[in-house]
Parts: sequence; C-alpha cells; structure tokens
Amino acid sequence: MNLQTAITPTSKKQTTSLPWGQWSIRSIALGYLAIMLLIPLLIIIQDGFREGLAEFWRQITLPTAWHALKLTLWTATVMTLINTIMGTLTAFVLVRYDFPGKTILNGIIDLPLAIPTLVTGVMLVILFGPQEVLGSWLKEQFDFSVMFAPPGIILALLFLTFPFVVRSVQPVLMELDRAQERAAATLGAEGWTIFRRIILPPLTLPVITGALLSFARAIGEFGSIVIVAGNIPFRSQTAAVYVFGEVESENRLGASAVSIVMVAIAFGLLMLANYLRKRRSKKETV
Amino acid sequence: MRAISASRTALPKVQNPLLVFLERMKRNWSGVLLIAVVVGYVAFLIITPITALALGAFEKGLGASLSALNQPEIFSSFWNTLWISLVVVTVHAIFGTIVAWVFVRHRFPGRDLINGLVDMPFAVSPVVAGYMLLLLFGRNGALAPVLESLGIQVAFALPGMVLATLFVTMPFMIRELIPVLEAFDTRQEKAAATLGASGWQTFWRVTFPALRWGMIYGVTLTFARALGEFGAVLVIGGGVQGRTETATLFIYRALEERQYIGAYSASLALGLFSLILVLGSDWLRRKRH
Repeated sequence: MNLQTAITPTSKKQTTSLPWGQWSIRSIALGYLAIMLLIPLLIIIQDGFREGLAEFWRQITLPTAWHALKLTLWTATVMTLINTIMGTLTAFVLVRYDFPGKTILNGIIDLPLAIPTLVTGVMLVILFGPQEVLGSWLKEQFDFSVMFAPPGIILALLFLTFPFVVRSVQPVLMELDRAQERAAATLGAEGWTIFRRIILPPLTLPVITGALLSFARAIGEFGSIVIVAGNIPFRSQTAAVYVFGEVESENRLGASAVSIVMVAIAFGLLMLANYLRKRRSKKETV
Repeated sequence: MRAISASRTALPKVQNPLLVFLERMKRNWSGVLLIAVVVGYVAFLIITPITALALGAFEKGLGASLSALNQPEIFSSFWNTLWISLVVVTVHAIFGTIVAWVFVRHRFPGRDLINGLVDMPFAVSPVVAGYMLLLLFGRNGALAPVLESLGIQVAFALPGMVLATLFVTMPFMIRELIPVLEAFDTRQEKAAATLGASGWQTFWRVTFPALRWGMIYGVTLTFARALGEFGAVLVIGGGVQGRTETATLFIYRALEERQYIGAYSASLALGLFSLILVLGSDWLRRKRH
C-alpha cells in the first residue's frame, strides 16, 4: 500500500507530460479511427447536402424513399417490442429457474451472433418460401405470407437481435439481492406485485439499453431482409434495400440522403444507449 | 463393515434429474409455464430455421449437396472470403489493441464522443458502409484522381472489400479488449518498470499475456463477422463472378439463379464454419475458468 502511494504521483506526472512514445501511440490510434470511421461518415454527409437542404428533403420525401423509411421504422418498432418482452422473460427464466437443458438454452441464445445474416435469410426462405411446405400451407389456409412481406422482415430481425436484450438483462438480474423479494413476500405481496415493484425497477435501464441496441441494429439490416423481403417498392423495400437500389441505379443524391437519415438515427440511438449505460455504472459505484 | 457401506450407498437415493425437476415443478405451475413459453419461443425462432437449413441443404441427398459444393466458383468465392477475413483480423489485432490501449490509459478531450463513434459500424447499415467507400474510392469518388495517378484500384477490387469489412468489424476487437485492459492491475507493469524493463519489454512480457484471451475472443468474433459480411462487400466489390465474389455473394447469386441446393449447401458450410469458430472459442474460454 505504501509502495503504491509512493508510485502513483510520479506515474501521474508521466502521463501529463506524455513522452513521445505515448504521443505517437495516441496519434496512431486516433488517426486510424479518423481514417476508418470519421472520413467515410463525413463524406456521406457532405455528399447528401451537396445540393442544399431543400434537395435533401425532396430526396427523402420521394414516395418510395419515404415509404421505405417508414417500413423500416415500424418493423423495427414491432420487433423491439416483442424482443424486449421475450428477451426479458428469457433472461428471467435463465437466471431464476433450474431445468434440464438450461445450459444448452443459454448457449443457443448467442447463436444468432455467429450466423451470417445472409444465412439467416436463407433459413427463413427454406421455411416460409412460397414453394416450401410451411409457406404454401400458410398462404392457402390463412392467406398469410411471410416472404416478401413485413412479417418476414420482423421475423428476420427478431432472430438477429435476440441476444441483445437477454444479454443486457441477465447479468443485472443475477446480481439482484433476493432478500428484498423475500421481505416483500413476508409482507404479503403476490408474485406479480413482487415482479412489478421489486424486480422490474432495477431492470429498467438494462432493458431499455438492450431495446435501443436491437432497434439500432435493425435499422441498417440488409443481408437477411434482401433475401426474405426482396426489393418490392411500397411493400417490402426497407431503407437499406432502397439505398442499395439507388446506388445500383446511380442516383447518388437519393442514396446519400436516405443514408444520412439512417446514420443519424443510428448515431442518436447509440449515444443514448451509451449515456444510459454510463448512468447505470455511476449508480452502481455510488 | 459391509452393512455400513451398504447403508451409505442407499442413503442418497439415485434419482432421475428429470423426475426431481418435475416433482419440484408440480408445486410451481407459473414457473413451468414461463419455462415452456421461453423454450417454445427459442425453439420456434432459432432452432427451427437452423434445422430447416440443414434439411434443405441435404434435400436431394448428401451426394447432390457435395457435388453442388464442388464447383470452381465456390472455391474461388470461399477463398476470397477467407483471404479478406485473414487480412481484416490481422489489421484489427494490431490497431484494435492500440485503440483499446489509448482509450483505457489515456485521457483526452472528446474521448467519450470518439468512444461512441467506435460503435457506429454496429448500427450503420453495411450497405451504407460500402456506399461511403464508393463515394471515396469509386469512379467519381473523392479520391479518384489520386488513385488513378497511382494506378491503384480500390473499388470493385479486393482492397475495397477489405476496407469495407474492416469498417463493419471495427467494434469487436476494441470492445473485447477494453474491459480486459481496465481490469488489468497496472502495478504489475510498474513493478516490471522498477526492475528495469523497457516500455516495449513491459508490454510484451507483462501486459500482452494478460490480454491474450481477450484477443483470442476478439479475433474469433471479428473473423466470424468478416466471414458473413454481405451488404458492404456487395456494394464496393460489385460481386463480379470469379473476381470479387465472396462466399456470401455466391450464395446471393445462386439464389437469384435458382441453384437452390448450391445456395443452401454453401449457406450451411459458411454458417457451420462461423459457428464452430465462435463456439470453439467460447468452449476454450469456459475451460479456462
């Protein structure tokens, strides 16, 4: 302990004066990030506003672009709602119950992270494709199509983002003090009341963080959606697929404008998620 | 003697864990219901599609799948994927370590903002990522005159695809290493320095061994993500058959051309490869603990 207090002040002096080695390593790191992240992001912003704000607005309010953006946002919202409920429930079951096959279930949660999203799309095509057993049966019996329609998009997004809420909630749930719940039970609280009043409040931040990450990830998804939903304007064309189409047909302004909207949403959501995470860790240390 | 040992073995009754579970759950119906809902959801959402892919790939028998995989275009596309992924992993292993190091050890203005920026590729659409590079390196791109005078082709060629994959896999290595570095006790480094080790020696002999497992995990995640990258390499690479076609781009083209068995088999091969990578490193990590 004595040794540490003796060393700390000198090392602090070292980091404030920064020897050239430290300087060069910092400039390498920041330069790398600037070249890889900042310049590409700036170039797209510059390109989208090249013809002014009015033209930018005209490009994103073109009927096809506007519809693609709306479709992206509402499918992502529906997915996030389902994923938040099911993800929290899954984390709860994994932490609170012991049952045969629990370790396997816990391992399966991460599978979507390891599977290429394009392959996810292929899986859903095999299941729900119009020529396949399940797909044609659903079509005939209920006139319900998953492929080339919003349900397919939502299903693909649910698959991809399943780990986010679960893995955000699980560690917090594990660390919860169960004495409070027992106290509530002794005082006569019912199971649901205990869940709502005791368990849920500390879970709010991790649940929201997980939901934000799922939503942010869903906005840009391309690989699985282009296969499951195809590229049908006004029906199953999401923003990412729209941008792809505009790039292919060399409509630079349209592609850049819609890209900027997507990047802005992504950036806002990530910053919010980071802020919440920080607030949480601050709360823990106090 | 014999009587004692007999009674000992008789005491803890050997019970089927499933029966124990059912017995316990008889008293807790809401618990059974919750478990059933979660297991059912996971089975529907994750297990069913994976099973469908395995069945779909072998629909016409193992022979048909293998002969569908035995095409020169599959070999060249998988080779491109592997090559790009290896380059990307190497670059991130080096620069990711440096960036994580600077984030943990240095304090500078704008650190929080840049820290948030690192996560951007996670949420930026791969299509947009590829398109950004096209704006920089494409035919009418910002850097086109420079590249032309140097005679380098980036867009619609492998270098562009490497850059695109670098962009989309940016967060993995850094996010894996930052917590490891934060948990690392810097007194060890100070001790090494007191004993006369140079900065480089301290890093190589003291810090690096502590980072090893974070690096292994970061590398596998980066690799798995790089293998599966599709949107960004499609936009910047163009998917020229035999030249800039990667495994995912082959699958996409095979689907469009209705070569279903080939597409399904290649999907299964790619999915399995990346699953084995991630599960393997997960298993290694668990074994270590």
